[in-house]
Amino acid sequence: MAKITLSNLRHSYMPNPKGPEDFALKEIDLDWQDGGAYALLGPSGCGKSTLLNIISGLLAPSEGRILFDGKDVTNLPPDQRNIAQVFQFPVIYDTMTVRENLAFPLRNRGVAEAKIAERVAEIAAMLEVEEMLDTRASHLSPDNKQKISMGRGLVRDDVNVVMFDEPLTVIDPHLKWKLRSKLKELHQRVRATMIYVTHDQTEALTFADQVVVMQDGEIVQIGTPVELFERPQHTFVGHFIGSPGMNVLPADEGQGGVTVEGHPITLEGKITGSGGAAQVGIRPEFVSLAKTGLPGRVRKVSDIGRHSVLEAKVGDTSIKAVIDGPVPAQGEAVHLAFRADQTRLYRDGWIATEVGA
Amino acid sequence: MKTENQKAWFFVLPVLLLVAFNALVPIMTVVNYSVQETFGNNVFFWQGLDWFEQILRSDRFQAALGRQFLFTFLILIIEVPLGIIIALSMPRNGFWVPVCLVTMALPMLIPWNVVGAMWNIFTLPDIGLLGYLMNHTLGIPYDMTQNPFAAWVTIVTMDVWHWTSLVVLLSYAGLVSIPDAYYQAAKIDGASAWKVFRFIQLPKLKTVLTIAILLRFMDSFNIYTEPFVLTGGGPGNSTTLLSIDLVKIALGQFDLGPAAAMSLIYFAITLLVSWLFYTLMTKDDAQ
Repeated sequence: MAKITLSNLRHSYMPNPKGPEDFALKEIDLDWQDGGAYALLGPSGCGKSTLLNIISGLLAPSEGRILFDGKDVTNLPPDQRNIAQVFQFPVIYDTMTVRENLAFPLRNRGVAEAKIAERVAEIAAMLEVEEMLDTRASHLSPDNKQKISMGRGLVRDDVNVVMFDEPLTVIDPHLKWKLRSKLKELHQRVRATMIYVTHDQTEALTFADQVVVMQDGEIVQIGTPVELFERPQHTFVGHFIGSPGMNVLPADEGQGGVTVEGHPITLEGKITGSGGAAQVGIRPEFVSLAKTGLPGRVRKVSDIGRHSVLEAKVGDTSIKAVIDGPVPAQGEAVHLAFRADQTRLYRDGWIATEVGA
Repeated sequence: MKTENQKAWFFVLPVLLLVAFNALVPIMTVVNYSVQETFGNNVFFWQGLDWFEQILRSDRFQAALGRQFLFTFLILIIEVPLGIIIALSMPRNGFWVPVCLVTMALPMLIPWNVVGAMWNIFTLPDIGLLGYLMNHTLGIPYDMTQNPFAAWVTIVTMDVWHWTSLVVLLSYAGLVSIPDAYYQAAKIDGASAWKVFRFIQLPKLKTVLTIAILLRFMDSFNIYTEPFVLTGGGPGNSTTLLSIDLVKIALGQFDLGPAAAMSLIYFAITLLVSWLFYTLMTKDDAQ
């Protein structure tokens, strides 16, 4: 186990990168604390797998350094970094039994047989795969195969970090939940640093203590799931996390304050900075129907079970609201109220209000 | 409810007819010849299984069968490992991929009798490139028309040259279909190059190798054209493989009965070995 430091990391897949657009990773500076459960969240192509492969040593970064507990490992190959990685598709050794699969990383490192047997038994118990230890691994179902590839990562007790690269992609939906809670449980038991890469916010938010949100090769925000939900630092985070995502409304900044479609908006606190394109961000959960407020017309109502998502048009802007209880019909005129302490101003995408008193 | 009727036959029938006329009818003619004796004028005498017994007991057939198995064994033991090694060392991407693939495919595109003729000229002691080099430059006596060992070396080398590419191309196709994650996982697990081959590449190649070995077995077991053009079965009978012997009996001596019996035995052996091999190789997966 180790603390992992990424320092001034940049990577480009091109031999001679010119502008920042040639970089898959732009300037990453990040500390992963020892024993933390991290999720790396972002849309496809944002550079999260690139970052993962750089940490594991499968890819050498164009610039920057990677430190494990302060020791520079930038030029070390994967097997010397003592890390484990679980891939998108279960990687198992078909001709071996489950037991041999689990023992493989230890055997390759010349660990004593007695110690191997002990570790394999321990891991098998943790993963609840004891009864299939002597089956050929090729005969397993995909979720069990993925369990075995996780087991191969966890079997070494001295791994610095275990990385998961969208490990639930090929797993049936009803088993995803099971495997996800298993992972969480494993983290609590082994206390290894774990990094979980995904584009699925549910996976990220349930697994991780800290979520790192990436976009276009940059880290946009690092925070606990609650922080990401309640106070997105960037409209991208607000939009990407939450279902439906945050309302991002084009706004005007004037003498008297901020207006959306000509209606004044009360914000959470003091506005910082000036200039740039102003937008007001508020989560649909904090928009409610009221007697007064922004006048709009209901365009669409979707019932998503416990509550309904209402979409109303205010001028040319559409606003979503999550409503409990009875909902107005389509075409009806409504008034929308924003909860002030959850209403923020964004300037060129980045947050531009301070938390109110 | 599933409807059951005989409609399927209607669709299968054309294929059945085709197979009947290009396989079953000719084979039945051979069966017909194999149990009868004829002295011409379409007069036949019933012989029963005499021809089969005669062929199976004859030293000539047994010797040819032995040579045939030896030949097939030799080329398989060389071509399969060699093909895998070449496939492993071929580049996975970039400019050299098409160059390698086309170069590999070239020998297979040459007509079989041309291959025989090429190697014949190539090995002529006085004017052939290889023959001259061996005899006159290196001073190693090498004349496949005189020396049985030289003849064997030549036909085996010729087949390796001609057909290793098949194993290479099939193995290469198998290798490139292995996802990168397997190699990455092996790297992280600390596996050596040998273990990567033994536990990742070889298992993933199993299916294509089964096909490759099966094809090479059948083709080499039935080989006729190249050795016929190259050595004509000589010197003496040293390279007379089954098919060459069969043609000698059928068209040289015009012994149609024994030749028919021999070709049925020949066919049965090819079929049996192929079936055994395939069954053994696929047994694991069926479980």
